[in-house]
Amino acid sequence: MNRITPPKPTPKIADSSEETRYSRIDVEQWLHIYEQMLKIRFFEDTVNELYKTARMPGLAHLYSGEEAVAVGVCEALKPDDYITSTHRGHGHCLAKGAKVDRMFAELLGKEAGYCRGKGGSMHIADPDTGNLGANAIVAGGGGIATGAALSSKMRQSGQVAVCFFGEGALGQGVLYEVMNMAALWKLPILYVCENNLYTEYTFYREVTAGELKDRPAAFGILAEEVDGQDVRCVYTTAMRLVERARRGEGPAFLICNTYRYHGHHVGDINRGYYRAKEEEELWHDQHDPIQMLAGWLSAARGVQVSMLASIENQVRGEIEAGVNFAISAPFPDPSEVSQDVYA
Amino acid sequence: MSTLEVTRNNPTTTLREITFSQAVREALAEEMRRDSSVFIIGEDVAEAGTPFKVLLGLLDEFGPERVIDAPISEPGFTGIGVGAAMTGMRPVVDIMFGDFLALVMDQIANQAAKIHYMSGGRLKAPIVFRTTLGATRRAAAQHSQSLQAWPSHIPGLKVVLPSTPYDAKGLLKTAIRDDNPVVFIEDKLMHQSKGLVPEGEYTLPFGVADIKRSGSDITLVATSSMVQVALAAAEQLAALEISAEVIDPRTTFPLDKQTLIESAKKTGRAIVLDEGYERYGVTAELASVIAEGAFYYLDAPVKRMGAMDVPVPFSPVLEDLTVASPDQVTQMAKMLCGRV
Repeated sequence: MNRITPPKPTPKIADSSEETRYSRIDVEQWLHIYEQMLKIRFFEDTVNELYKTARMPGLAHLYSGEEAVAVGVCEALKPDDYITSTHRGHGHCLAKGAKVDRMFAELLGKEAGYCRGKGGSMHIADPDTGNLGANAIVAGGGGIATGAALSSKMRQSGQVAVCFFGEGALGQGVLYEVMNMAALWKLPILYVCENNLYTEYTFYREVTAGELKDRPAAFGILAEEVDGQDVRCVYTTAMRLVERARRGEGPAFLICNTYRYHGHHVGDINRGYYRAKEEEELWHDQHDPIQMLAGWLSAARGVQVSMLASIENQVRGEIEAGVNFAISAPFPDPSEVSQDVYA
Repeated sequence: MSTLEVTRNNPTTTLREITFSQAVREALAEEMRRDSSVFIIGEDVAEAGTPFKVLLGLLDEFGPERVIDAPISEPGFTGIGVGAAMTGMRPVVDIMFGDFLALVMDQIANQAAKIHYMSGGRLKAPIVFRTTLGATRRAAAQHSQSLQAWPSHIPGLKVVLPSTPYDAKGLLKTAIRDDNPVVFIEDKLMHQSKGLVPEGEYTLPFGVADIKRSGSDITLVATSSMVQVALAAAEQLAALEISAEVIDPRTTFPLDKQTLIESAKKTGRAIVLDEGYERYGVTAELASVIAEGAFYYLDAPVKRMGAMDVPVPFSPVLEDLTVASPDQVTQMAKMLCGRV
C-alpha cells in the first residue's frame, strides 16, 4: 500500500462576514466556550497522569486537540437535546454538561461515577444532560442517535440529536443505513464527523476512498466542512445546522477537520511508525484550538490576559477537586455486580 | 397452554379459535391502542403486512407513522429502534427471518442488552425484536435456522418462544410492556395454526413454564415448534402405556427452572427438545438445569434432541432429517424407559 503524506494544518482565514457573525456573539459566551475547552484539556491531561502513575484501571482514549469540536457543537444544543459519543468520548460528555468529579469517578471505577463504575471511560452516559452514552463499538452511536431523532419526531418534542463519530466510523456500513433513513424521514439529527486524520494507527486516506463529503451527499444530506480547530466556526455552523434540523428541515453532516494530540489511547506512546513528531508539533504549536480562541479573544474582543488566566486557575481548581474526590471515593459494593442487568 | 387450561383460567370469558398470526396481530393492535409510544418498524411491515401476512390491517388502523416500512437495512433499523427505545418509545422491530439475527447482533447484544447495566441503571431499552425460527419450509440454510441460543446467551436480554396462539398473544403483550429488550421468536410454520384464545385482554408472565400435558413416566421439555412434536410423541407413548409429561418453558430467559426440575423429579426421566442446533444449544442448557436440579431422582441420563448440527439443507429428503420427529422422540422415550 502506498504511504500518503498527511496534510499540514491549513487554517482558514475568517472572512469579514464571518468575523461579523462571531462579533455578534457575547464575549461571555466565548469565555464560557473557552472554559469548557480548557476543562476538557486539563481533564485529559489528568487522565493521562492517572494512567502513567498506574492509578487508573484500563486505558483511555484522549480527546486533547479536538476540544473545539465537542464544545462548539454542544454549545449549539439545548440541555435536553441528545448526543451519542464514542470511545474517545470524555470531551463530548463534558461539553454536554457532565461534571468532572463524577467523570473521574467513573474512570476510576468508583460508585460515584456516572455509571456507578460499571461503564468506565468508553461508556459514560448521563441522561440528565441528554448523553445517551459513549460507545466502544465504532459507529455504535449511529443507530441510537438516529433512533433518538426518530423518537423526537414521533413525540414532537423538538429535540435534536447529535451523533459524534470519528472518520474511522465511515468504514461501518450501519452508518450509511441510518443516514439513508434519516434523510428519507427528515429526522432532526446532526452527524458530526471528527476527522482527526487517524483511524487508530492508520492515516485515514489509506483506508478511505473518495471524498468524505461525497458520502452523506449521496443521500442528499446537507454536508459542510469546517476547520475543527476554530471553535468560532464550529459553533456558528453547528448552530445553523441544529436549528435547521429543529425546524424539520432534515439531517446534516458536519465534517470537522481536527487533530488527535495523543496516541490512539494513552498507551500508544511510540507513534513514529504512523506519524511524524514534526507533524504533531506543527498542529500542537500552530493550530491549537484553545490558543486560537484565546488569541482572538485578546486581539479582537479586548479580553484581558488576566481574565483568561483567572478562568484557567478556576478550571485547574475544579479539575484538582474532581480528581481528589474520585480518588478518595469508595469502590462499588461487590453486591453491585449483579444489579441493573435488567430494568 | 392446553385447551383445558385456557378454559379453566378464563372461566367466564368467551373463547374463540384464532390463528397464531391473528393472536400476534391482536396483541400488537391492543398494545398500540393502549400506549401511543408503541410502534412497528421493519421491512415490508406496512402495506405488505410482512411476507407472513402477520401484520395485515395494522397500517389501516395506525397509519404509516406507527407502522414504518424500513429499507433492507436490518442493523440500521434495529439500531434506530434501540435509540427510540432509549428515548421514550416502545418499538417492536420486525426481523423477518431469525437468520438475520446474524446481521443485527451488534445492535441487540452490544447495544440494547448492555445499555441498562453499562449506564449504572440510568438508561433502559424497552424494545421487542420479533423474529422467526424453524426449518422444513424448504427455505434452505439462510432462512431456516432456529437461533434462540444466541440471544439466550446474552445477559440483559429476555427470550420468548411461544408455541400456541394463546401463549403468543399473552406473552407478546407482556414483552411490549417489559422495560427490557425482549427477543420474541415465532415458528414460521405455526402462523396458520389455530388455538383457543379468550376474548379481551390478558397477559402471561415471563419465567413461568406451562405444562402442556401431564404425565408420570417421562418429562418431555419442548420449546416452540417442538411442543407439537412432543405432544404427538406423548400421544404415541400413551398407546404404549408410557405416560409423558410435556413442559414448555415458554421463555428461555427468564427460565422457570423449578417446574422443569419438579417434573423430572416426579418422572425420573427427561428429554429436552428444541429446534436450535443441538451443540452448545438451548437443549444443553435445559438438560443441565435438570441434571443438576434433579440428579438424585433421575433413572436415566437426560437426553437432548436439537436440530442436527449441519447447515439446513434444501432437498426435502435431507431437510426433514435435521429436525426431531415424533417417532424419534417416541423411540428415545421408550429407550429411556427401558422399553426397547
